[in-house]
Amino acid sequence: MSEMSVHAGPHAAPTSFIRKYVFSLDHKVIGLQYYGLALAAVVTGMVLSWIMRVHLVWPNAPIPGLGWLSKVGAPGGVVTPEYYLQLLTMHGTLMVFFVLTNAPFAAFGNYFLPIQIGAEDMAFPRFNMMSFWTTFVAFCILLSAFFVGDGPPLSGWTGYAPLSAVGADAGPGQGIGQSLWGISIFVFCIASLLGSLNFIATTLDLRTKGMTLSRMPIVTWAWFITSCIALLAFAVLLPACLLLILDRTAGTSFFIPAGLNVADHIQPHQGGSPLLWQHLFWFFGHPEVYIAILPAIGIVSHILICNMRRDMLSHRVIIYCMMAIGFLSYMVWGHHMFLSGMNPFSALVFSFPTLMITIPATIMTLIWLGSLYGSNLRINSASLFCLGFISMFVSGGVSGFFLAQPSIDIYLHATYFVVGHFHMVMGVAAIMGVFAGTYFWFPKMTGRMMNETLGKWHFYLTLIGTYAIFMPFHYLGLAGNVRRYSAFQDDFLVPLIPVHKFITYAALFTGAAQLIFIFNLVHSRFKGSPAPPNPWECTSLEWSTPSSPPPFDNFGGQHPVVHHDPYQYGVKSSTGDYVMQTSPEQTEVAS
Amino acid sequence: MGGKVFAVLIVVIALLSAIPIINHTFMGASVTLPEDISTHGKAIDEQLSVTMAEAGISFLAAQLVLGLFVWQFAHRKGGPTKKFPGGATALVIVAFLFVGAEVLALGMVGSKAWATVYFKPASSDAMQVQAQAGQFAFYFRYPGADGKFGSIHPEKIDEGNSNFFGLDPENDIPARDDITSGELVVPANKEIHLMLHAKDVGHSFYVRELRIQQDFVPGLDLSLHFTATKVGKYEIVCTQLCGLGHYNMKSYLNVMSQEDFDKWLKSQSN
Repeated sequence: MSEMSVHAGPHAAPTSFIRKYVFSLDHKVIGLQYYGLALAAVVTGMVLSWIMRVHLVWPNAPIPGLGWLSKVGAPGGVVTPEYYLQLLTMHGTLMVFFVLTNAPFAAFGNYFLPIQIGAEDMAFPRFNMMSFWTTFVAFCILLSAFFVGDGPPLSGWTGYAPLSAVGADAGPGQGIGQSLWGISIFVFCIASLLGSLNFIATTLDLRTKGMTLSRMPIVTWAWFITSCIALLAFAVLLPACLLLILDRTAGTSFFIPAGLNVADHIQPHQGGSPLLWQHLFWFFGHPEVYIAILPAIGIVSHILICNMRRDMLSHRVIIYCMMAIGFLSYMVWGHHMFLSGMNPFSALVFSFPTLMITIPATIMTLIWLGSLYGSNLRINSASLFCLGFISMFVSGGVSGFFLAQPSIDIYLHATYFVVGHFHMVMGVAAIMGVFAGTYFWFPKMTGRMMNETLGKWHFYLTLIGTYAIFMPFHYLGLAGNVRRYSAFQDDFLVPLIPVHKFITYAALFTGAAQLIFIFNLVHSRFKGSPAPPNPWECTSLEWSTPSSPPPFDNFGGQHPVVHHDPYQYGVKSSTGDYVMQTSPEQTEVAS
Repeated sequence: MGGKVFAVLIVVIALLSAIPIINHTFMGASVTLPEDISTHGKAIDEQLSVTMAEAGISFLAAQLVLGLFVWQFAHRKGGPTKKFPGGATALVIVAFLFVGAEVLALGMVGSKAWATVYFKPASSDAMQVQAQAGQFAFYFRYPGADGKFGSIHPEKIDEGNSNFFGLDPENDIPARDDITSGELVVPANKEIHLMLHAKDVGHSFYVRELRIQQDFVPGLDLSLHFTATKVGKYEIVCTQLCGLGHYNMKSYLNVMSQEDFDKWLKSQSN
């Protein structure tokens, strides 16, 4: 067959260190680079959250080394209330952009999407390299804000104008720090646009023979749908950031109205609208939630199917649900703005599509649960994190019921309830997906197995820890504990301090548990037991490559040919209870 | 073994997490919401209770079923898989019918509570008060005997001379008798029409006991209305991140009897 013939790749395997590991065009190396970047960002973000948690309950405790980082923000290592706000801004920005967008989507998507569709590489390898290095530049720009002038910005990861637009008058961090924030996100948007364009072109154009759209695994679909969402979302945030930068540097007034008196200076602006920023930001911001969670949904479904030894009751329904969520995600941004002063009638218009998202989310949950019923579930680190994901997705999802209703939002908006909600559903749940993906694909990426005992301990401690941190957040919110406050000095919040202490202990505990993961990752990379070619007996194409890690062109000069739908489990075949997508073998259902 | 550990763990976590909701829904003990002192707050609190019951039931049901299925089906030694009765079609129908109906009902009923706060304008005899938010303080202004507010001139703001609003009493007659206060003092059981003005950046007005939260948006003059029913002092906090002193930006809502309020207003105008 001609399609199985050896053929020369679009680019030859590089030999120099720089082209192989640094400025590599290989999607696998780029995937790992994204993973490494996300790891660096998540460690930074988590350390910031520890500092914030410690400051919240022991406001006068000196934190070793912090005084060196910022003499003004943390004199003697003691965090000042304004430095707390700066750390909070950096934490949110790092986590949302550089962790939740990078890890489940860019890292795993880059590594596995081309392999799962039988391609040799991405459609545009040079764009791919550019998108990683552009992201890296954005990351460096953001981190440099720690070391300039008055330190990092303090207007939150949402960068609400006019606080973010009027410049240094608005206080420390609003000078160079805030500019760096705007530039960093601007650059990040360019990278994400390049990346998502590449994902879309690759999925549509580079599928191997027999790999019809309906034969793509759920996770491939998830990355594809996510890249469609990202293309639209970042295309709006990009100009929004540009306008913000212009307001700050060129004297324009897109987001600044007339007559503002900031720090006794009448601002030389007129005609702008702070709500314009909010609309543009949340038009991006809400789909961004799904950019974080859809790839995790895909990863978890893919891994769960393999470990249940059966297809989902209908994996297509899950794909349709992801599409529905992606579509609805563009109609709900106003639920972040119920109290922003926009027309109160529009609150209802945004509320109903938000509530409607519950339907596809419930369908997915019911399909996961219904598929577990009667399955031959294998318990390993990867499948445990999938189960943890389902639990977390439900827990974070039900609190969405509250916030989708404007009447309840009047009370709960800007309280810890919101913080608990999004940390569970887009933070922890997405990270659980990343952990599941790591345990599952590590053998393919390195040729070695991760340690299962450590993996399970990591899972149980993380599950207990994250619930202990984020569940109480909801009850704090119901008590009226407002977010983004560094000190609880007033009468009302003092009784809640013991709850905050508990959360701080839980956060330190959960963070410490992640050391198990880091150790496992590093140790297994060098000392792990060698991985068999298909350790999980999985059917998709990434397990058909001739070696682990796959060779430079993925399939050793061959074009694989696909014969089956993605999830042929529970069948009788020569390999056992499953048939690879690439196997020409016809199957019969095991009786 | 691993499956059973997970199953037990997830059930324990779910039950522990839900204790306050179970208490609230079935035992009559309120989740720690502060006392409601407004006329519209009851509708919000009821909506919250209904939602909490529905969310609590969905949460517990999903977690317990997850635990049960993992307990039952982990580590089976091969053999054919069983299909969930009804398959995907049944589940999709259930989701559409039950969840669809549930969210629609919640949304419709909740809309009424929202409408009472936001769709009805303040009545014409409501007492007008202007609130100004600036980094990092709230100020409140009463129109004085003439019932008219003087106009605001941002360039004339001079906090050193207590001209917090930028009034121009020399040239602007209505401004001369305006009364400025650092606290929002209101009479009980009287509708208040609060007009919000932002001096510099975005802020927000939040009184937990009033069940009111509304942003101050620079360049937009927004307003809200409420009736406080209980005499007392309640915290007003800023809930929109507004700069370095955000955490310290607060004031008080001081609800007085009409008599005390009249006395207070008189003492201020002197």
